[in-house]
Amino acid sequence: MSAAQTTRRRPFNLGRWFTQTGWRHLVAIVMVVFAVFPLLYVLSASLNPSGSLVGSNDLFQTINFGNYVKLFQNPDQPFALWFANTLVIGVVTAVSTVFLGAFAAYAFSRMRFTGRRIGLLSLMLIQMFPQFLAVVAIFLLLSALGDVFPVLGLGSQLGLMLVYLGGALGVNTYLMYGFFNTVPMSIDEAAKIDGASHAQIFFTIILRLVAPILAVVGLLSFIATTGEYVIASIVLTDPNTQTLAVGLYTFVSQQFSNNWSIFAAGAVLAALPVMVVFLLLQKYIVGGLTAGSVK
Amino acid sequence: MADDEAGTLQAEHADEAEPASVPRTGGKPPRRKGRGGAGRVDIQRLNAGGSGIGGLLAKIILLGLLDAIVVWAVFVMAGLHMWIPIVIVLLITGAINWIYLGRGKRLPAKYLTPGVVFLLVFQVFVILYSGYIAFTNYSDGHNGSKTDAIAAISANGLKRVPNSAAYPVSILERGSRLYLLATDPKDGTALLGTTGQPMRVVKDATFADDKATKAPGYTTLNLAQVLDRQDEITSLSVPLSTDPNDGSLRTDDASTGYVYRSDLVYNQKDDTFTNSAGTVFVDNGQGEFATEDGSKALSPGWKIDVGFANFAKAFTDSQLAGPLWRVILWTFAFAILSVITTFALGLFLAMVLNHPKLRGKKIYRVLVILPYAFPAFLSGLVWAGMMNPEFGFINQVLFGGAQIPWLTDPWLARVSVILVNLWLGYPYMFLVCTGALQSLPEEVDEAAKVDGASPLRIFRAIKLPLLLVSVAPLLIASFAFNFNNFNVIYMLTRGWPRFTDTTLDIGSTDLLITMVYKIAFGQGGVRDYGLASALSILIFILVAVVSIIAFRRTKALEEIN
Repeated sequence: MSAAQTTRRRPFNLGRWFTQTGWRHLVAIVMVVFAVFPLLYVLSASLNPSGSLVGSNDLFQTINFGNYVKLFQNPDQPFALWFANTLVIGVVTAVSTVFLGAFAAYAFSRMRFTGRRIGLLSLMLIQMFPQFLAVVAIFLLLSALGDVFPVLGLGSQLGLMLVYLGGALGVNTYLMYGFFNTVPMSIDEAAKIDGASHAQIFFTIILRLVAPILAVVGLLSFIATTGEYVIASIVLTDPNTQTLAVGLYTFVSQQFSNNWSIFAAGAVLAALPVMVVFLLLQKYIVGGLTAGSVK
Repeated sequence: MADDEAGTLQAEHADEAEPASVPRTGGKPPRRKGRGGAGRVDIQRLNAGGSGIGGLLAKIILLGLLDAIVVWAVFVMAGLHMWIPIVIVLLITGAINWIYLGRGKRLPAKYLTPGVVFLLVFQVFVILYSGYIAFTNYSDGHNGSKTDAIAAISANGLKRVPNSAAYPVSILERGSRLYLLATDPKDGTALLGTTGQPMRVVKDATFADDKATKAPGYTTLNLAQVLDRQDEITSLSVPLSTDPNDGSLRTDDASTGYVYRSDLVYNQKDDTFTNSAGTVFVDNGQGEFATEDGSKALSPGWKIDVGFANFAKAFTDSQLAGPLWRVILWTFAFAILSVITTFALGLFLAMVLNHPKLRGKKIYRVLVILPYAFPAFLSGLVWAGMMNPEFGFINQVLFGGAQIPWLTDPWLARVSVILVNLWLGYPYMFLVCTGALQSLPEEVDEAAKVDGASPLRIFRAIKLPLLLVSVAPLLIASFAFNFNNFNVIYMLTRGWPRFTDTTLDIGSTDLLITMVYKIAFGQGGVRDYGLASALSILIFILVAVVSIIAFRRTKALEEIN
């Protein structure tokens, strides 16, 4: 959008430049340093062959990929499995969350029915209470479920994903609802007159118009799921089924200083998919909704 | 033909799509396409892609799958006599089928049901269940019914009964669970059971040389499998009947089983246990069998309702009460400070970068939200490394080898936690504020400029109020989030430095939620689910009260109407 802005030619004035945008650059640079430094530090630590915490303080003095190799060699810490587990759990949960949330938001935004107001209010209330508050009950519920259906019990990734989906509506519907409301009803009505069914309107028209919020919600859900520790740590007890959050934490907390570089290598790899997705969906997240399609 | 069908379907769906606020002209919605008017149907035909039939197919397949799974689940549960869960599952499934197979007013439900089902089970139910557990003594050693406890006590300390008859046994498997198939040496009947499931007679077992070897529905383990799972097999202990005093059948070699009986004998009439030395253990009313003087108790106990005992314990126990108050205060301080600092920084940065003439703002935006893209649990650990007093980067490099106790001094640790949380949290506020700022109508801004308002004035009098309307609910949500910000605390400090006036694992930076986690699942010490749930209920109440007050004040709810 802003790419179209071409600057008009005017004589350059440092003072005016500084009061208008120059100080903004200054602030931005300071913030970028604050934001990025810890990330650079991990990257540097992961490339440091000394392996320990104190050795990691020489930023980028030596570059060596030994830690990445070691990361995949220790069978006690099956990093590749953790990585795959995290991706699967994160993607499945995020996609399902987007759909569950969008369905609900569509109903709340486009239909008028008894209990709509109460429903919205309850969702708003429920989103105040993260699922893991009930971690004890979830643990006991899964433990009981597992006695009957082992596929859903403690230790099961499927069970964990189902638990995560319980939080799908609470957190996201309200966010989506607001966004759905910004899409004019006249679009729906026009489509309806043209004979589109409610499902067609939803899947082919509305979903496309609200794509930015879908991306945001999907990403938030992915980030939340992949970084979730509380429930994952009690459900996934076998190291081979664990997610990165559980596995890496256990690994680094055993010998904090000595495992540091290998942990850093793991952290870099663990952060990569999230950050890549994040950057890919940049335009949706930052740009917000493109101008409405009805003028 | 296909066209006709599609047309009909379209007509039906179009009817459904009418919002309920549009008054119906009465009667059932038209089923046949003819009623919709020829012109309308023609347009429908034009638009009728595969979606109508595809949608219907998808619906039928999904419903069919669900029903199939439910039927299977019901059979499994019926085998275990779980009648109440069966009724609940059937009711829910029936409701789902009713919703999706009907039309008209059920439309909103069609869109709400998938999410709501998950919500009800894994959010609402577990909350209610927490509420129930909070009033029990559920913990390690008190996690089953009294019958289970009696069976477990009887099963502990099993000794082989002298002169026990030898039962020929085979090892069977079903659903990865192992079963013992024994042949009664007296009458030659086949008996089947497993740990926790007493032996029952199997009528249609297959015999080889008077030894039962197979039972329908089970697979018999071969020699290699038996060798492979020796430990599991020797740990099998199958009660001969529901009366624990009959003893259990165990096998050492997977071919012959013997009766084992406990040293402790349960007397059903008096509800007591007596051991071989003659000591009597009675039900002490607190969920365990203990001697009259209370000096010795048998493990495990069982779960009983204890009323408000957990809550009373939390606020009166000398080990718990003082630390708990400090944790509550700190939790509030942490949540409020986190919201204020992250919002201030996020908004400030959003305003700074939201300028049409600023070059490179895209790249700035990407860079400043990187902490948000970086997984939170890793951030805590990375900062814990950087703030390590002895070897960390901050002390070693930035402060030239100083030994500043960033994470080990109670107050400094609290400051560090807030700082790290600021790093983690401001990008979210930045994103939210940027979005909100961009959606503000530019006309207002321009009008204010034309009227000669200063940028500060525009911000305070126009932008901030407009912004707050849209972000206020998010700020409250952020408060609730930080109130329970487990990851930052646990990964960064684990709640430490520990309080010195208690032996429990509670520390200066512990939030209520990390305390709950450590009480329920901590290393060492008893896992006290009852107490942990009581504390989670406390969190619920606190968050609810704060949220209600906050929502009232911000009038955020008006938006809904």
